[in-house]
Amino acid sequence: MADPTPALQGGLFRLAPDGTLTLVGGRSRSSGRLHFPLAAVCPWTGADDVEPSDLPRHGRLWAWTTVTAPPPGYAGPVPYGFGVVEFDVPGEADGEVLRIVGRITVADADALSAGDPMVVVAEELPTDDGPVRTWAFAPDTGGDR
Amino acid sequence: MTDVAVAVAGVGIHPFGRHGDLTATAMGADALRDAMAEASVGRGAFQAAFCATAYGGVAAGHRVLGALGLTGVPIVDVEAGCASGGAALALAAGAIRAGQYDTVLVVGIEKMPKGIIRSSFFPSWMETGGLAATPAYFALRAQRLLSDQGLTLDDLASVVVKNRGHGVHNPDAMFTKAVTAEEVLASRMVSPPLHLWMLCSPNEGAAAVVLRRADLVGPGAVRLDAAALRSHLPGSVLDESTPLSGIDDEGITPPTQLAADDAYEAAGLGPEDVDVVECQDTDAARELISWAELGLCAPGEQARILASGDANVGGVRPVNPSGGLLSKGEPLGASALGQVVELVRQLRGQAGPRQVEGAKVALAHTIGRGANASVVLLST
Repeated sequence: MADPTPALQGGLFRLAPDGTLTLVGGRSRSSGRLHFPLAAVCPWTGADDVEPSDLPRHGRLWAWTTVTAPPPGYAGPVPYGFGVVEFDVPGEADGEVLRIVGRITVADADALSAGDPMVVVAEELPTDDGPVRTWAFAPDTGGDR
Repeated sequence: MTDVAVAVAGVGIHPFGRHGDLTATAMGADALRDAMAEASVGRGAFQAAFCATAYGGVAAGHRVLGALGLTGVPIVDVEAGCASGGAALALAAGAIRAGQYDTVLVVGIEKMPKGIIRSSFFPSWMETGGLAATPAYFALRAQRLLSDQGLTLDDLASVVVKNRGHGVHNPDAMFTKAVTAEEVLASRMVSPPLHLWMLCSPNEGAAAVVLRRADLVGPGAVRLDAAALRSHLPGSVLDESTPLSGIDDEGITPPTQLAADDAYEAAGLGPEDVDVVECQDTDAARELISWAELGLCAPGEQARILASGDANVGGVRPVNPSGGLLSKGEPLGASALGQVVELVRQLRGQAGPRQVEGAKVALAHTIGRGANASVVLLST
């Protein structure tokens, strides 16, 4: 069944019937490197050989903070968590990492630590035109592995 | 290409702050008139003008020159985020070195709305999704600085104390009251680890510089030895280009370092030659990152320099004697030229109680959205 909540922006992720959200990025065939969001050309190497690629869902917390005042154009709740999660890149670029920016489900920065296991989750966000679906990073308790 | 030297013939500034209904055009005209008077350059004595602005709108430079009855020459608006003024200066200096012009006006203007900067840089869905939170990106960079280079929250507070202390002596600054580290750390937490007073305020102001071929001005004039502008190489998730993803950025040279390397090479100078610095302190952490990227210190050495007072006026190599953006506020298009105004006055010995004694070589640095980084080297 299709998600009744519209996506924040098309092409960023897929949502499975069980609520599992997978970010959709791109992978350059020549470099093996991943990127997000999916781009026509590899943003790291300029290679014109990008294929869509589901991104890993489990990563490590790399940098995080709290947004305490609503930034321009944002109608959702504050405070909210915001940060970068680091994912290991499997395959040809083994040993490489991809760092992705996103909201964090925990607003209290003191409740998080560097390297904490994190998982990509679906989040519903209020906007002036009704709720939208977006992605967020949540502490990974291991429940959905 | 012939080795044409470029000199700063005159500078002018309209104070940075909040000025009610006064337009950016009027502030720009004010700064430009002062710079032209200092340079003894009037109508007919210059061949082009560059106007730096990010929010000035269509034909901003035409409005400034039009207000003074100076139109007719080519007038080009330049937008390069926080480095707009550096970009305009680089274009003007390059045209003089190339022999295209002998005298060029450079003016930077801005009148920013209050609060978090709204930037057309972000697509609207990123704003809707809460992903256009500019200070939060600064905070992520600050957190990594503290963990990667062994610095502390107290070091960030020390930057604010230093710059606000310098700003006390700058009548063109927005904030002219000294602060203590305790006050900085007691100010509202915006995005950890950044407290409100660790972030500069977007505001209003203008600055202007008249550049001339050096043989047209007196022998004592300040020389513009280099004006370099670079953008980012892809890869760093924390870069001012604010990408949504990044790769391991070890080994990817940041734009500030790229611009600094270009400027040092063009001027035949190195970081060890620099006596006084104005560098981008959009937030307190950004200043400390810039020190290392400009080659002024090794990564991790910032805490020792802050504690020793080496970066204070009276110290070995003062940084941000004007008070920096933390004291002046940041009118985007004007801020880089404001740094040049300060450094020209320092090199002329006209900086009053914040004078850096004996300064011969000065460096101005800006980094911001784009990413854009500019580094300007001046000497006397």
